[in-house]
Amino acid sequence: MYNSKYVISGLVIFLAVFSYPFWGNLASKDYNGPKLSLPADQKQCIEPVEFMRAEHMTLLNQWRDSALRDGKRVYVASNGATWEASLQKTCMSCHTNKAEFCDTCHLENAVEPYCWTCHVPPKGNE
Amino acid sequence: MIISLLAVIALGILAWMGSMMGFQYVLAVCLPYTAVIVFLVGFAWRIIDWAKRPVPFSIPTTGGQQKSLPWIKPATLDNPSNSKGVWGRMILEVLMFRSLFRNTNVSIEGDRVVYWSSKFLWLFALIFHYSFLIIFVRHFRFFAEPVPFFVNAIEMFDGILQIGAPRLYMTGPLILVALAYLIGRRLFNQKVRYISLLSDYFPLFLIFGLCATGVAMRYFLKVDIATVKVFVMSLLHFAPDTAALAKIGSIFYVHMFFLTVLLMYFPFSKLMHAGGVFLSPTRNMANDTRMKLHVNPWNPEKVYRTYEEYENEFRVPMFEAGLPVVKKPEDKE
Repeated sequence: MYNSKYVISGLVIFLAVFSYPFWGNLASKDYNGPKLSLPADQKQCIEPVEFMRAEHMTLLNQWRDSALRDGKRVYVASNGATWEASLQKTCMSCHTNKAEFCDTCHLENAVEPYCWTCHVPPKGNE
Repeated sequence: MIISLLAVIALGILAWMGSMMGFQYVLAVCLPYTAVIVFLVGFAWRIIDWAKRPVPFSIPTTGGQQKSLPWIKPATLDNPSNSKGVWGRMILEVLMFRSLFRNTNVSIEGDRVVYWSSKFLWLFALIFHYSFLIIFVRHFRFFAEPVPFFVNAIEMFDGILQIGAPRLYMTGPLILVALAYLIGRRLFNQKVRYISLLSDYFPLFLIFGLCATGVAMRYFLKVDIATVKVFVMSLLHFAPDTAALAKIGSIFYVHMFFLTVLLMYFPFSKLMHAGGVFLSPTRNMANDTRMKLHVNPWNPEKVYRTYEEYENEFRVPMFEAGLPVVKKPEDKE
């Protein structure tokens, strides 16, 4: 083999980088997903849980646009119930702690919503 | 072109149907492990195979003034005369695609032949490769817990426009536009179309499918990424979590299947230019043929006969015939 000094060292770097997910996790513990604390006194969110899981960010985005740009602050849910389109007054009245609810999933999946550049994050009962 | 398009569509349908028909374990566990092994071993094998090939001649491509007399300015990057120049040229080639920047387009204007500078190939190739790199790095949020810091930093810049929710990552549309250009170039530029083969179209369509399913999964069809991460991490711990797997939507399998096909196809295709660029003699050699002798490694060993050996054999008859010798015969001293 020619230029083996360069070829082998390049190849080792390549293999190390591309196998990082495997050797990087050798020492880590089993990952079981986020543990979020749900509100104790409520069973049902404003929409079904599957919808909320997939579309909560879209919903919040629509709420922001309709409330701030169109002045419409009423949201009619799919089951007919009406809610005030407000992150702090509606969502956060049940999900009282950002760190224990929002952040559990967001941090583990590196999602950084910019809600909290304007809103004040609620800290639950602290 | 049609064949490779159909092949990619067929692969997508295959994965989608497979996920519906109970082949989830094969699609998301067996194939990815195989693909990673094929990719890493295949890549290393190809590189070592290339590194074993001798380079018979010194053949760097030159694009500027060779190093010559001291008062003539040499082009140190386009015509490197030492390894420092070669490193500079290689780094800029890999990071900035300088050779594509030189791309020209020839056309006949009236009765004249005109050469235009044509930067679009360079521009879209650069967009494509950097978008791919950023997208690849962003995926590391699924590969480690806690998420590595560079993922958050790169996501911040990728989504800095703060459009919509989930936040639009610029690289998503950019890579699709760049791929569309690269496919379109092969279809609508007659000269390029003439030399395009299945192996040119297939990777483009495959990567387009991979990116399109990824974009669809993020913005439209919505996969539960918390569960995806649980599953991916279980794969990385070599203990696949089938319970988590069962909760993931079909589009994930299509995305994953395109990726496994890409990984397995990579070492045997033109995509190996990723490693091959470093081993190109036209790029990694210095144009120093006037300073150093390049010996072809496969030349047979040269048999030399020195004058000393010659004189040792014929010293006596040479001396007797009165010819001059360096060393006189022993009995005549």
